Formats: sequence, C-alpha cells, structure tokens
Amino acid sequence: MAKVIKVENLSKAYQLGDFGTGTISRDLERYWARIRGKEDPFLKIGETNDRTTKGESDIVWSLKNINFELEQGDAVGIIGRNGAGKSTLLKILSRVTAPTTGSVKIKGRIASLLEVGTGFHPELSGRENIFLNGAILGMRKAEIKRKFDEIVAFSGVERYIDTPVKRYSSGMYVRLAFAVAAHLESEILIVDEVLAVGDAEFQKKCLGKIDEVSKGEGRTVLFVSHNLNAVQKLCKNIILMHNGAINNMGGADQMINHYLQNVTLSKSVYDIPTPANIADIPGYAYKIYVEDASGKVVNEIAAGAFWQIRVFFKVTKKIDDFVVGLGFTSAMEITLRTSWSKAENLDEGYYEAVFQEHQLLYATGVYTINLGLSIKEKTFHYVDNAAAITISGITHELIDQSIITTSGTGLILNPMSVKIINDRKVFQEDV
Amino acid sequence: MNTLTNDNDWDIEITAKSSIFDLNLKDLWHYRDLLLLFVRRDFVSFYKQTILGPIWFFVQPVITILFYTLVFGNLAGIPVDGLPKPLFYLAGTIVWNYFSECLTKTSTVFRDSAGLLGKVYFPRLIMPLSVVLSNLIKFGVQFILFLILYVFYWSKGSDINPNAILMMLPLLIVMIAALGLGFGMIISAVTTKYRDLAFIVSFGVPLLMYTTTVIYPLSIVEIKYPAYSWLIKFNPVTAIIETFRYGFLGRGAFSWQLMGYSLITTLIILLTGTIIFNRVEKNFVDTV
Repeated sequence: MAKVIKVENLSKAYQLGDFGTGTISRDLERYWARIRGKEDPFLKIGETNDRTTKGESDIVWSLKNINFELEQGDAVGIIGRNGAGKSTLLKILSRVTAPTTGSVKIKGRIASLLEVGTGFHPELSGRENIFLNGAILGMRKAEIKRKFDEIVAFSGVERYIDTPVKRYSSGMYVRLAFAVAAHLESEILIVDEVLAVGDAEFQKKCLGKIDEVSKGEGRTVLFVSHNLNAVQKLCKNIILMHNGAINNMGGADQMINHYLQNVTLSKSVYDIPTPANIADIPGYAYKIYVEDASGKVVNEIAAGAFWQIRVFFKVTKKIDDFVVGLGFTSAMEITLRTSWSKAENLDEGYYEAVFQEHQLLYATGVYTINLGLSIKEKTFHYVDNAAAITISGITHELIDQSIITTSGTGLILNPMSVKIINDRKVFQEDV
Repeated sequence: MNTLTNDNDWDIEITAKSSIFDLNLKDLWHYRDLLLLFVRRDFVSFYKQTILGPIWFFVQPVITILFYTLVFGNLAGIPVDGLPKPLFYLAGTIVWNYFSECLTKTSTVFRDSAGLLGKVYFPRLIMPLSVVLSNLIKFGVQFILFLILYVFYWSKGSDINPNAILMMLPLLIVMIAALGLGFGMIISAVTTKYRDLAFIVSFGVPLLMYTTTVIYPLSIVEIKYPAYSWLIKFNPVTAIIETFRYGFLGRGAFSWQLMGYSLITTLIILLTGTIIFNRVEKNFVDTV
C-alpha cells in the first residue's frame, strides 16, 4: 500500500499565560537572536507537557518529536488523556496551525472535521449554508451541486432547507453540518470528537458513515475520540498519546488495554488536602484510590468488572464508634450508593479501609466519590469529590452476556433474572 | 505495491516556515468559489430581516453628504471649487468610504472570524480579499447614487466637464482596494498578537479623513497654506480623490506626478502587507 501521510519529528511549542507588555520585550529578544543566527532562547527550555505539574518556563511543548506514517485505507484512532496533544496534532495535520519544527507530508486531498458546522451563518438558509460550509471545507460549487440531494437526504431536514439555520433545533443543525462534511471527496478524512453531539440514532449514523468511508471506499481516516467504544469499533490501529509524545502504537484492542492499564495510572491516586481544623478533630483521611479486583491501582474499570477502593486515614486521638463512609454520585448528580464501615473503636495510628464492590455493576460513565469520617452519625471530616472512578465503555470479558449495552440504559447493569416460558395452554387453544 | 515513493510525490508539505513571496495562488484559485460565497454571505446577511433591504446602502452616504453640505459647505463656508456641493462631497465620500471600510474591516477580519479559522484550513488570504470584494459591491451601489446625482446636476445645467481622465476610473478603484487591503493586512498581522493598533485604527481612521481632500479641495490648501500642502498630498488617497473629481467634474488638482507617487506608494504598501501577512498567516491562530 502507498504511504499517504508521513510525519517527521513534529513538534509544537505554545506560550502559556497572557500576551501583554512583557511579551513584546521577549519577542524582540527572540528576533534579535534570530538575526544573529542563534537558536531561539525561549524554546530551549523545553519541558514535557504535564498539566498537573507547574513548569518553570512558560513555553510548553504540546507535541514533541512525533513520527509516524499512514498508508492508504488505514483507519487510525488517536487516544490519550485530555491535553495529551491529540487535538494539536490534528490541527497541524489539517493546516489550521503550523508546527514549530518538523514536517508533515501528505498525498492527496485532506478534509478535516474538527468541529461540526464550522462557518454556518445563522441568517442564511440551510440550502445556502450547505454551499457555504461545503466551500469552506474545500469543495467546489459544482461538486456540492452534484451531491446536494444526497446531502439533504442524509441530513433528514428536507422540510426546513429554505429556513434560516438560526431557527433550527441544535440536533437539526448538527445533522445538516455532518451531512455536508460526510460527503467531502477527499483521500484523507480527519475527525475530532464530533460524535459528542446529536442523539444516539444520529451518532450511530455518523459512525456508520465514517466506517463506510474507511472500509468501503478505501480512504484514510484519522479519528480522535474519548469514546473508546467508538474508536474500538472503527479503527484497526491506534496511536496512544501521552504528554505530547507517542506513547505506543499498535492494534486497537491491545492499545486500549494498554491505555486503561498504564496511561490513566498517574492520575488515579488522589491525595486529600489536610483539613484546616486538624487540632479539633480526632483524625483525617489523606489518600484514596481505586483498584481493580486484583488490587492493581487504576482509575478506569472495564464495564462488568468488580473493583475496590482503598481509603487511608490517620487517627490522632483515640476514637469510639468510628465509621468511614463512601458515597458514589453519577455525572448527572444522582447519588447511586452510600456505604459505611461497621462502628469500631480505634487507637491512634495509621489505618486503611478497603471498600469492595462485588454486588453492583455500574453503567459506563464517571462517578465521583465523596468520603466521610464520623463518630456514629456525626461526621468530623467530609471530603466532597475526593476521587473519581471511570467505568469504561470497554466491556470486561466475563460480563453477563444478557447485558446488551453498558450506557444510556440506566445506572445499574446487573441483570434481573428473566425467564421466558413457552405457555403450551395458549398454544393448544390456538390450534 | 509502490515502495519507491520518493519525496517529490507529496501533494502537501506542512513545515514551520514558507518563503516570503509564496502566496500559494494555486490553492487560492481552488477556493475561488468560497471567496464568492463569502462575499454573497456578507451582502445577503447585511439586509436580511430588514424592510428596505439594499436601499440601506444609499442611506448612509445620503445623510453624510447632507450634513457635510450643511456644516462644512454652508456653516463653515469651505469653498468647493465652484461645484455643486452635494456632488463634490459625494465624490470624495464614496472613495474615502471604500478605502476606510477596506482598511478597518481587513484589520479586524482575523479576530472576528477566529472561531472559523481555528477549526478549518482554507487560504487565509480569502478573508481580506472577501472584505475588499464585499465593499466593492457597496462602492458600486454608492457609485450609482453618484451617477444619479451627476445626471441630475448635468440636466440642471451645472458647470460640470467630464474629460478623458475619466478612463482612469478602473485603475483608481483598484488602487483604493489595494491601499485598503495592504494597510489592512499590515495592521491585522500586528493586531493578532498585540491589539493596541486596533484602538488606533478605530479612532484614527475617521480622523485621517481630514488629512485628505474629502471635505475640501486641494486647491484651497495650496492657496491658504502653500508650505504645508505636501502634507495633504502625502496621503496617497488624496491623488485618487482629486483624479476622480477631475475626471468626472472637470475641477480638481490632477497631476501625473501626484498620481505616479500615489501608484508607487500603493504598490509598496500592498507588497509590504503581503510579506508581513505571509509571515504571520500560518501561526496566528495560536495568538489571536
């Protein structure tokens, strides 16, 4: 297969903070260095891009020495935590911004879909916007005309096609916008997280279209998403990014497992700030983390798997009737469950409590964990959002086969016992 | 199997820098439909949901010249080379408006459409070009108003003498557009990072109008302040307005030297604008 994209030593530096009076003197300094043929003094202090630690310089490398090649017909997913450099990479590939060093070589036309509905003008009708948006994405007028009917049919908004798009519902807006983008004729398609919008039915349609583009038409697709499920379905290969560099590359299933086990690791131990009233209370919690069933620290759990949470706390004065409790809240602010330890009398010292979840299977999503230390019902140390646990869109291999989907159908996955009985009596009367 | 891919086969190469004069005109040509659609969008969205529609293009210059006639013509009594006052002011106003609109709009065009430019690639030059073209339509509409007024005074037997210099009209229009575009690109290149210049533009451009011959003829400056008339001639728009008036009305300080100076200045500014624009074009999304 012929190579269609070749990325060599690609790096991109961004300046942090605000541009103001201070920046101009620095700009002059850089300019001065450049005329003398010296290296840019501010780019030398390179650091990796870890947003959780505060760096020393205010230049940050969003991408650092990226190298990869794609062949025609590849469907490649890019995954990584927020700030790993995924979007910056796509922005450079789609020529929205230029790299600081390195190069990208591309064969054929490239179409990028970094946002749905870019350049839609609210005052113009759907018809006019199809032409405008198509032209912005790089289509010629004749090409849009030829595909016009197809685009309208795909979007399903025929009835409103001559109405200004400001009167559209947000769903219709997205449908029309994606329809235009989906009908681009390009050898390479770049898609960034566009599926976060629209209803489930339309998302399915979009995914189907992307799948068709890559598998059916042999075009190259680069796809960024936090929806691991979609990435797993669409992409054969995955580029795993971490702090602006390529962490790993390989087959989809293998990379997703790698991502869940390793890349998320650094974020999964939560330190709890020491409370201000430390002298007045008999103890406090200082650390909490999530483990999988085997005791390995993680923050993302495959749907259908059990897990446990370990809470570390210190007792500074002897306590009677000590209770530690955890509450789990869904992203929609619904409290799913609260669990308490049995009341115990504790001496001074360091302790840890293990909360094992081996009853409920949570649906795919992020759950925040609230923590409380109390004497009977009287809480003395309460921590809101002490930690978070993510139940993945990827399902555990031993998940109950009757669970059809792990998201959008309720918070609890545990199946009820269901029996279908062949009622012979009715059958016989019928005959 | 094509394993012998050599480096010349690539269609697009993305690197940190490009050469100064590389305008990528091939790319620009491919996106010509987009340019026209942007112009159409600006034009259509201007009068959507209005009752009078494109008539609004007339209202602004009509009211402007009405005030100029009252304040500068009658109240202050500034002479107008013996021409009908509304015609004199309108000739200056439509030329100046075209220049100042091109300048102010291109100088903020990247900030105004940062959202769009941050999400999709198309030749960035399309944006300022669409501003120049949209305003050309506006100029055209206002020029029709000028022609109506012109025929009106003609039929009334006013002392109006059109002459061969009229043939320079297309050149004049191209020069105003190029001046507005060139200045606009220089300013936009700077304001993407430092916005200070945008403030100067917003109050400076209306003031700049007084340094050219919109509300007074160059002849009066040469009579009253002969030592300082070079200051007014220094503004490259002066030659354009004077030539425009001379061609249509037969009065005005037309000279080939002044036109030549204006033409050279215009070319230098357009070239400078293009070079500066080319330097910032690739990365301004990061700083805008």
